[in-house]
Amino acid sequence: MTALTANKKLRALHPSKIVIHIILLLCSLIWIYPIVWTIISSFKPQADFFKEQLSLIPSKVTFENYIRVWSKANFARYFANSVIVTVFSVLLVLIMTNMAGYVLGRYKFVGRNVLMAVFLSSICIPLVSTLIPVYQIVKGMNLLGTRTGLILSGAGGAHVVFLLLFSSYYSTVPNELEEAAKIDGCGFFKIYSNVMFPLSSPISTTVIIMESLWTWNAFQLPLILTLNNPAARTLAVGLYAFKGENTVDWTGICAGGAIAMVPIIVVFIAFQKFFINGMAGAVKG
Amino acid sequence: MSQHAVKIRRSPIQQKNWVRQNLWCWAFVSLTLIFYLLFQGYPILCSVYYSLFNWSGMTSNMTYVGLDNYKTLLGDSLFWGAFKNSFRYMIMVVPLEVVISLVFAYLLNDNKLKGRTAYRVSLFVPVVVTASIVGIVMVFIWSSNGIINHSLSGLGLISKNINWLGNKKYAMTTVVIVSVWKDMGTYMIYWLAALQGVPDDVIEAASIDGATRTKTFFKVVIPIIAPTAGIILILCTINSLKAFDLIQTLTGGGPFYATDVIATFVYRTAFTSEMGLPRFGYASAAATAFGIVVIIIGAVLNGIKGKLQKLQ
Repeated sequence: MTALTANKKLRALHPSKIVIHIILLLCSLIWIYPIVWTIISSFKPQADFFKEQLSLIPSKVTFENYIRVWSKANFARYFANSVIVTVFSVLLVLIMTNMAGYVLGRYKFVGRNVLMAVFLSSICIPLVSTLIPVYQIVKGMNLLGTRTGLILSGAGGAHVVFLLLFSSYYSTVPNELEEAAKIDGCGFFKIYSNVMFPLSSPISTTVIIMESLWTWNAFQLPLILTLNNPAARTLAVGLYAFKGENTVDWTGICAGGAIAMVPIIVVFIAFQKFFINGMAGAVKG
Repeated sequence: MSQHAVKIRRSPIQQKNWVRQNLWCWAFVSLTLIFYLLFQGYPILCSVYYSLFNWSGMTSNMTYVGLDNYKTLLGDSLFWGAFKNSFRYMIMVVPLEVVISLVFAYLLNDNKLKGRTAYRVSLFVPVVVTASIVGIVMVFIWSSNGIINHSLSGLGLISKNINWLGNKKYAMTTVVIVSVWKDMGTYMIYWLAALQGVPDDVIEAASIDGATRTKTFFKVVIPIIAPTAGIILILCTINSLKAFDLIQTLTGGGPFYATDVIATFVYRTAFTSEMGLPRFGYASAAATAFGIVVIIIGAVLNGIKGKLQKLQ
């Protein structure tokens, strides 16, 4: 008994194990430091920032930075824009990739393989090569500087990862379920809406989480589409503009940054399994 | 597939059902297809078209100039600077990112390791936070009186504070370090997915045979994860060529264009007045030329990967 526990302790204290833990601990701290620093700095009084910019424990906690950016620097508006754009983009993307993934995974229709190849090849197209025309298209729709413009263009693209996730999932659903629904008199759409769509909820959750993060974090497209109208900016663009106008207000910048980062970190930690599975599925598929 | 289906003789009812099914399928993909064509397929063609015009984008005044924009590009040192920087950035980011993420994944792919979930979450968190926000915060962290300088001088590694992002000599390296820090978690998850496909008994057999962990890794694990490694390398390469958010917010391409890549070049040329009047036509030529290069690289890498897999 004592020998066994001693043995266990010895193994736990194996030098290589200790080294691995030290490396991982150190790197983990380096990796989260900038995020923790931003959140803590957002509670420091603006006047004390440069004096105690390095300390991770503020001498005085204040909410004045949040109040300042929220009401005076328009972050209330940016936050609302980010939420609205994210919710509607995600809904659109979920519906369209779920439906497309369903038929791509279950049916051998005419033109299926060509479609799949066209979608897959779009991975290589850099956003910069479509940026100017997308700007013109949104302008032509009279949607420049509007949330609708951001939602539609944000939902654009082929969403290859989601198509692959849905089609490979739907291809594994047994035919018996479909046959049973057919006998009950369900048509093509009813089978999908009543039987198949509900079954796909684990993948749908993954897609919702991943697309939420991507839309919330999007910068390049929202930046150019809101150049003419600051009121339509999302948080990612809003903070960039705020920094351009208030270079020295670092506690305000940190508060604005925290407003953008904290919701997404909370969502990620709550749903990390779905997110990581989705990403892992992307390389395996 | 479709050719095959056509040859099969069907009764009129079967034929009707078959047509109906095809129509339903196309109806189901139509939404994705419309959004794809509208915001990716058509724009890529448009970009080629715009590149043939002298056009500011501010007015509808477009003059056809043929390939003149491309000729101007060839002699534009700012364009070539940005073009080279895009690849310099890629050459620095890809090996660092792929190797560091593989090391972390290998260390974390151990069920008995205490705290592995906490380590994984910490290393992954930068991936989920907004790149543009991270870029802005990092401007301070890497500034003359930021934590990086304080730590390095505290350790006695530097005698004088360095303006990392403002100095032509260090700016690109700094941007690369921040990018690797930001995106490493993505590739770590990819590698973990690949490593989980390595059967435990293969590793055990190797360790019974007396192979060290390092030896097992190179002789047993690497060959098994090679196919996924190919995909990871391609994704990392293509993504590094698409970089914009971090670079724009960290340096905006500066100082003196030291970190200017094609994405920041196009943005500046088309959407800001930094270089005088916006030039949509000219920026489109740069975007098109670069897009073609990226697509070719993607296709070549994919081809190499296919060839290598066949050899195995």
